[in-house]
Amino acid sequence: MSDFLRIQDVSVAYGDIQALWDVSLNVEEGEIVALIGPNGAGKTTLMRAVAGLNPLKSGGIHLGDKALHTLRAHQIAEQGVILVPEGRRLFGGLSVLDNLELGAYSKRARQVRAETLKLVYELFPLLADRKLQRANTMSGGQQQMLAIGRALMGVPRLLMLDEPSLGLGPLVVESIFETIKRMNDQGVTVFLVEQNAWQALELAHRAYILEQGRIAGTGLAQELLRDDRVKQAYLGISPAAEV
Amino acid sequence: MSAFMQTLVWGIFAGAIYGIAAMGLALVFGVLKILNIAHGELVMLGGYVGFWAFTALGWDPFLALILVIPATFVLGIVLDRVIYRYVVRLWGEEKIKNSLLVSFGLGLVLSNLAQWVFTGDERSVQPSYAGQGLDVYGVLMPYTRLATLGIVLVVTVALHLFLRKTYPGKAILATAEDYESAELAGINIDRVYMLTFALSAALAGIAGQFVTFTYALAPSIGMFWTLKAMIVIVLAGTGSILGALPAGLVLGVVEALSGAYLAQTYKELVGLVIFLLVVIIRPQGLFVRK
Ligand SMILES: Nc1ncnc2c1ncn2[C@@H]1O[C@H](COP(=O)(O)OP(=O)(O)OP(=O)(O)O)[C@@H](O)[C@H]1O
Ligand SMILES: [Mg+2]
Repeated sequence: MSDFLRIQDVSVAYGDIQALWDVSLNVEEGEIVALIGPNGAGKTTLMRAVAGLNPLKSGGIHLGDKALHTLRAHQIAEQGVILVPEGRRLFGGLSVLDNLELGAYSKRARQVRAETLKLVYELFPLLADRKLQRANTMSGGQQQMLAIGRALMGVPRLLMLDEPSLGLGPLVVESIFETIKRMNDQGVTVFLVEQNAWQALELAHRAYILEQGRIAGTGLAQELLRDDRVKQAYLGISPAAEV
Repeated sequence: MSAFMQTLVWGIFAGAIYGIAAMGLALVFGVLKILNIAHGELVMLGGYVGFWAFTALGWDPFLALILVIPATFVLGIVLDRVIYRYVVRLWGEEKIKNSLLVSFGLGLVLSNLAQWVFTGDERSVQPSYAGQGLDVYGVLMPYTRLATLGIVLVVTVALHLFLRKTYPGKAILATAEDYESAELAGINIDRVYMLTFALSAALAGIAGQFVTFTYALAPSIGMFWTLKAMIVIVLAGTGSILGALPAGLVLGVVEALSGAYLAQTYKELVGLVIFLLVVIIRPQGLFVRK
């Protein structure tokens, strides 16, 4: 099995406060891997480190043979590693179409921009209807779709999503998870952070548990769903009651 | 009535130069998040390029813009590479302090350099048609001032179209809104900052060229123009780039009216009073909807 994304002994600190301690994990091509953990565990920090927004204190991050941790964020995007950041972070004053087009700024993505835009509009017809609307005048769910659409415009090989369900109603969350599944079926590898551990584990093939900046466990998602400790810590109520 | 109209017209002409000078400052403020105290010195240097083109090459002051614009644009690139790109990367308090100190220091260096190269003498440029103009019902409109206003309008529209309609322009707006998201989208923000600073310097240069035949040019005028531009961007609302033009016109007109109807000595004070009033009563600026 060839490694796709390989995170090795990564430590990240904000000034004197260390947020990640020797974190190692890997994501294989074609997988959906979830990263779950309590508030403040360092999930966002890890995603941002992969995307090039947080510098590493030590360790390395590779995509195939390519070292990512020596690249700047826009160069990492050029490699096809695209992050949908926590809280969406759209260009609120710009139109939906501008947001989408800017998502394809890297050279690689720009060449196929028109075709990608068509695919994104097929995936989210709502964005096509509202292409001239200002991004910050849309609802939370619509904004999350736009955030994912903007990331897809970058033609991701690895799509990273940091809490895509944050603050959204159950129906919207369901449709977003379905979209992620569809993207994955079409060959996009997905690395997903979620508070909503139950839904994340339902969707993912494998998962890692991050606690206080360290990897505290890993396994197949289906196994973790049945694991007593995980049930208690992250699923709260019994899974049967959630359905 | 015609005296009033004349004052109003002078105010509009002066305001157009304020507007274009402030637009450059607003651009750097909105995108790089730096208050460039040396902006007025870029106005001054642009003026000297135009003065040189007039005296050494015998070029018409409006034709000289084709030299002033690229020269100040390149100067902007150099200053960004050598100085500003290191300041942009700083964070929070450190960024605020360092950007103010560094740009203040750069302003001093540039004005002293200019003093050394060009001497402290006041210069100005007088094209042959300087005294001519239109007489509209007794209101005098010199051709130089009309052309200045026209160019300011054209540049403002061009900047608007560049920012709103072109890919690099949208990248500038995106970076201004959220530079991390811009990077995630694949935008090289280092380049965006460089281009933005160069554009800002070119806008300052254009203003400087207008100064050569409207006001006096001297190495020490930088701080005056930085101050005017700062007042204008507060009026416009920090974050509004093109709002600098209407805000510049407002400042020009208010100054002209207070100079004519209060006293010439109040003219400078009035701008500062409006500045304070806007900061206190309408801190988002006159031309920003909240
Ligand atoms: N910019 C920052 N400066 C200082 N400390 C930070 C910064 N960002 C995060 N931290 C700290 O790093 C730790 C990890 O934060 P991070 O945001 O990565 O957690 P998370 O797992 O994403 O949490 P959440 O579920 O709330 O999103 C926390 O202790 C947090 O306080
Ligand atoms: Mg987080």
